[in-house]
Amino acid sequence: MNNVSPMYIFIDALLINNFVLSVFLGICPFLGVSGKLQTASRMGIAVTFVMFVSSAVAYGINTLLLMYDAEYLRIISYIVVIASMVQLVEMFIKKTSPALFKALGIYLPLITTNCAILGVAMLQTTREYNFVQSLSFALGAGLGFTLALIIMSGIREKLELADVPSLAKGAAIALMIAGILSMAFMGFAGLGG
Amino acid sequence: MSAVGTAQDVPAPAKPTSSLYMVALLGIVSTFCGLVIVLAYQVTTPAIKSNLAQITRDAVFEILPETGEMAAYGIQPSGDLVKLEGIETDLPRFFVGYDKAGKVAGVVFEAAGRGYADVIRVLYAYAPKREAIVGFKVLDSKETPGLGDQIGKNKAFLANFQALDVTLNADKSALVHGIEAVKNGTKSEPWQIDALSGATVSSKAVGALLNHSTQEMIPLAVRHLAQLEERN
Amino acid sequence: MATPAAENPKANRNTDVFLNGIWKENPVFVQMLGMCPVLAITNSVRNAIAMSLAVLFVLVCSNVLVSLVRKFVAKEVRIAVFILIIATFVTVTDYAVKAISVPIYKAMGPFIALIVVNCIILGRAEAFASKNSVFKSLLDALGMALGFSLALFCLGTVREALGSGTFLGFPLFGDHFQPWVIFVLPSGGFFTLGAWLLVFAWWRERADRKKAREAQSP
Repeated sequence: MNNVSPMYIFIDALLINNFVLSVFLGICPFLGVSGKLQTASRMGIAVTFVMFVSSAVAYGINTLLLMYDAEYLRIISYIVVIASMVQLVEMFIKKTSPALFKALGIYLPLITTNCAILGVAMLQTTREYNFVQSLSFALGAGLGFTLALIIMSGIREKLELADVPSLAKGAAIALMIAGILSMAFMGFAGLGG
Repeated sequence: MSAVGTAQDVPAPAKPTSSLYMVALLGIVSTFCGLVIVLAYQVTTPAIKSNLAQITRDAVFEILPETGEMAAYGIQPSGDLVKLEGIETDLPRFFVGYDKAGKVAGVVFEAAGRGYADVIRVLYAYAPKREAIVGFKVLDSKETPGLGDQIGKNKAFLANFQALDVTLNADKSALVHGIEAVKNGTKSEPWQIDALSGATVSSKAVGALLNHSTQEMIPLAVRHLAQLEERN
Repeated sequence: MATPAAENPKANRNTDVFLNGIWKENPVFVQMLGMCPVLAITNSVRNAIAMSLAVLFVLVCSNVLVSLVRKFVAKEVRIAVFILIIATFVTVTDYAVKAISVPIYKAMGPFIALIVVNCIILGRAEAFASKNSVFKSLLDALGMALGFSLALFCLGTVREALGSGTFLGFPLFGDHFQPWVIFVLPSGGFFTLGAWLLVFAWWRERADRKKAREAQSP
């Protein structure tokens, strides 16, 4: 298990077992934020950044917990860390790029409840990845999330001009498209294997 | 009519909550939460441990049917074996099945490796007298239902593990031929695994993890066979 | 003329609170919250039921506890307090499931821990439990959890029946049934949920049209 190369882990999280389309993490923002291409790509980048940092911190926390035999504190400590991380990222973005901060608006605090972030932390722990593997996993997952979001928003922008029956407008058609996308991504099976 | 109402209508400005109060509140809530978590952990740990132990025990008896009794050994970093009281340990471990006559029927190892969807965990039984793997069971897999998960169910695939050759070389230090998975229908040697058609990735993963595990474990078990026979 | 509602306002509002979560503000089909487990855990009815029970437990406990402490929790730290409380009960659930059945625990994977970021639970704590009495919060939790379970059950039944040909492990169709494996794969989750949303949209549209017709005819 620990002889899996970081490159493979990266490609796996990005394409083969895409975080959104195969592992079902990050669905809420996927359906909610994928209306416009610009918002989608910005959200994706913010999520990738938060994932990357949270993954590193989660690895550190897990090491500490294992040292003190306190595994039962894992869930609670991860979520507290992630929530704080999002706050810090929010403050950081506000200081360094007010334009980006304004563009992201309410989506930034919503990242806390994005199950993809906690999902990355939990999966890297159960799969017992080392530090480098965890980071490449987080990077792949974040970029995979961004990829899925960008594809979805591109399609939905085009959909606005299409003749969608009123019953299916909104979430229903988005889900059908997601299903087809998920099938398409299944074609990546065996890549790099 | 007096203008008394005005002063009463405006609500008093809310006092900002004191930091001390907030810290105390968070402290109390955290303590309470901590207590609940630890309590739940204490209550459930014995049940969880016994569940997992039972599952492992049942699996060993399943893949090595002639087992009458079972023992577990831990592998210390030095390479020496230590016989375990139960089956729990932090060390890498394996199990030994003794037949009704008290002789070693087989040695059972756990192995794990990355599959298509997630980690695949298996149990396999090695029969020293036949120098082959004679039993195999998938303990844990998240492979694609209907395709990859057939590695645990498909009869033709499981037949691969009834006599999978793992002969050791002359000085018993390594396998003569490593285990490998080959394309469905092309199995020609006893150390090959006939992959499942339509589940190449999962089959190859099983081959890889078994190869990795046997290269390490079989020479170790054979080296200590006398110790295992004597049960100490 | 006193209407029944005015005579017994409290009782009516209680049932309203309870039914709200099941139908009018169903967390999955209407509010579209907590989607991740809905898609991930519904490839078999057994897993769907297990997840429903887990969410029910966490939602009820957290709503009740949040409501109990609502008068003491300062506005600034309320989210932190909610998260601490929810995470605690999720940890308890995690260990409880592991102690009850290891196969179910393995099948649910990381999604038990992910209940802590399930927007439904945090959402109800913020929107309802922090502002209402303990009893009402309990009813709200039960209603929302039932609504969530209803959604999981709908999806789980369809996906297991079509994707494996079984219901709770019991084969439904004869030996010759070739299951539509796609339904237990991720794509199937998306398709099934989309299909159910279509069904409900059609249902609602029919009800609206009927009401419009009744309003027109004197």
